[in-house]
Amino acid sequence: MDIHTKSLAEQAELLKQRKVSSVELCQHYLDRIERLDNQFNSVITIDAERAIAAAKRSDEKLAKGEGEPLQGLPLIHKDIFCTDGVLTTCGSRMLENFTAPYDATVVQRLQNQGMVMLAKANMDEFAMGSSNENSYFGNVVNPWKAGTVPGGSSGGSAAAVAARLAPVATGTDTGGSIRQPAAFCGLSGIKPTYGRVSRYGMIAFASSLDQAGPLATTAKDCAIMLQAMAGFDARDSTSSDQAVPSYTAGLDQSLEGLKIGVPTEYFAEGLDASVAQAVEQAIEEFKKAGARIKSVSLPNQGLCIPAYYVVAPAEASSNLSRFDGVRFGHRCDNPVDLEDLYKRSRAEGFGDEVKRRILIGAYTLSAGFYDAYYLKALQVRRLISDDFQKAFNDVDVILGPTTPTAAFAMGDKTDDPVSMYLNDLYTVSANLSGLPAMSIPCGFTDGLPVGLQLVTNHFEEAHLLQVAHQYQQITDWHTRAPEGLD
Amino acid sequence: MALKEQDIKDIAHLARLGLDDSALAPLAADLSTVLNLVEQMNSINTDGVEPMAHPGNAVLRLRDDNITEPDQREKLQKAAPSTEAGYFLVPRVVE
Repeated sequence: MDIHTKSLAEQAELLKQRKVSSVELCQHYLDRIERLDNQFNSVITIDAERAIAAAKRSDEKLAKGEGEPLQGLPLIHKDIFCTDGVLTTCGSRMLENFTAPYDATVVQRLQNQGMVMLAKANMDEFAMGSSNENSYFGNVVNPWKAGTVPGGSSGGSAAAVAARLAPVATGTDTGGSIRQPAAFCGLSGIKPTYGRVSRYGMIAFASSLDQAGPLATTAKDCAIMLQAMAGFDARDSTSSDQAVPSYTAGLDQSLEGLKIGVPTEYFAEGLDASVAQAVEQAIEEFKKAGARIKSVSLPNQGLCIPAYYVVAPAEASSNLSRFDGVRFGHRCDNPVDLEDLYKRSRAEGFGDEVKRRILIGAYTLSAGFYDAYYLKALQVRRLISDDFQKAFNDVDVILGPTTPTAAFAMGDKTDDPVSMYLNDLYTVSANLSGLPAMSIPCGFTDGLPVGLQLVTNHFEEAHLLQVAHQYQQITDWHTRAPEGLD
Repeated sequence: MALKEQDIKDIAHLARLGLDDSALAPLAADLSTVLNLVEQMNSINTDGVEPMAHPGNAVLRLRDDNITEPDQREKLQKAAPSTEAGYFLVPRVVE
């Protein structure tokens, strides 16, 4: 059976026509996970029994001509989403034995739409990382090339979809954690506008930056998934109550007259020449499709990483204070007093990168340093956000590379946190500004995929998806898959 | 800003993070590198710029003061390392 070569949209059709059953489809993917994932380590927990039971229920509904739009379709959830009764580790020893007592809203919504969860994906611990080398459950391997990272923090989600171990997966993006792994693994992935998708039950990293979104092989599948994920949730205090438009209705509209802005700052120092070339080639394709290209400027682009590495660790140090060895998570053996309980439980439960970020955050928020670091970062954040709004006066979409290079070798950047942080050079600005952004494949370099990033104004996901979908109608990069994984 | 080992000790205490003495020097080096990176922010003047804590400048919603959550103490406490009679247990604090 080669059904794993089909997109989610195509699989939905086959299910409705009863050319394949949900049990067959889910079992096929479970077999692939069983047979292939020892090469990639993309999943932490496999939930075959529940998956097959849910697939059976889906088949019963589908046989009667009933069922929700995504009834019987499989997916993998990033292990940052709480799943009722299923292990939810967040890639950390801290939550090694944590069974979530409730479902995240994202999980619940996709389940209500009929989707079947196969497994929970590996990830950088507490979503902190750009290479999936920070997981307590081991590195994830990029299916395109052994010894290469899949990106992070949604590295397991990306590797699983790239290896066709699931048609789609959920991810979260605080500074590029959906888009960067999508770029490294040749996938389409979207980070929606801040507030578009509920954060309830999504283990918090940096609450003013975190957003959930899908990773898939096509922009159309991203649209289908986002449709199911998006919407107001009273349980998330920053959830937007703006109406969710149809993300699929406008996909087929042409790009005639579209104004695309290309920031000059994106094509500067640090950008790999082969990545630049692939992106420039994509710009030519957009021109042919009728789009107009305009140069724009984001003058504070160079300060995105500095501001991000104050804001994100500050929020993380606050969020992660809940892991104290008392109510849930790891507790050290034989604590002598309460302080010893806190300190040793956290020392044993957290990995090195998480500790670094907690310490940076605690430092920048501490008395005497707050104004110089945290307040300054929030001001810079305002300027970065204003830059985008100025650019959107002239253009509809901003285009550039998703990452400065293609996927790098494991171990390449683990000794120097700053060199790892610079991977997020082009992605963190969308989180700081709350803007929707997407990565789609636009070429290859040395056999590794290159990602193209598109950014639109707040709540213009439909437009973003249309532009990506139209690009995928005139190119075939998104159809490529790693070889040898039949 | 170059951090010293004592700085790391102080911050780690604030964050209630136990650290071995052997970890202090490498962490001081790593964190100093990160602070050097973030201090690039000082290359621009931000006087009078309104801080942006949050995208969208959303205001927190209010809701009616009704009970919306059922009692799930037992279920929630299953995840706790140590409980007794509905309480979370910690080492003795008051002698």
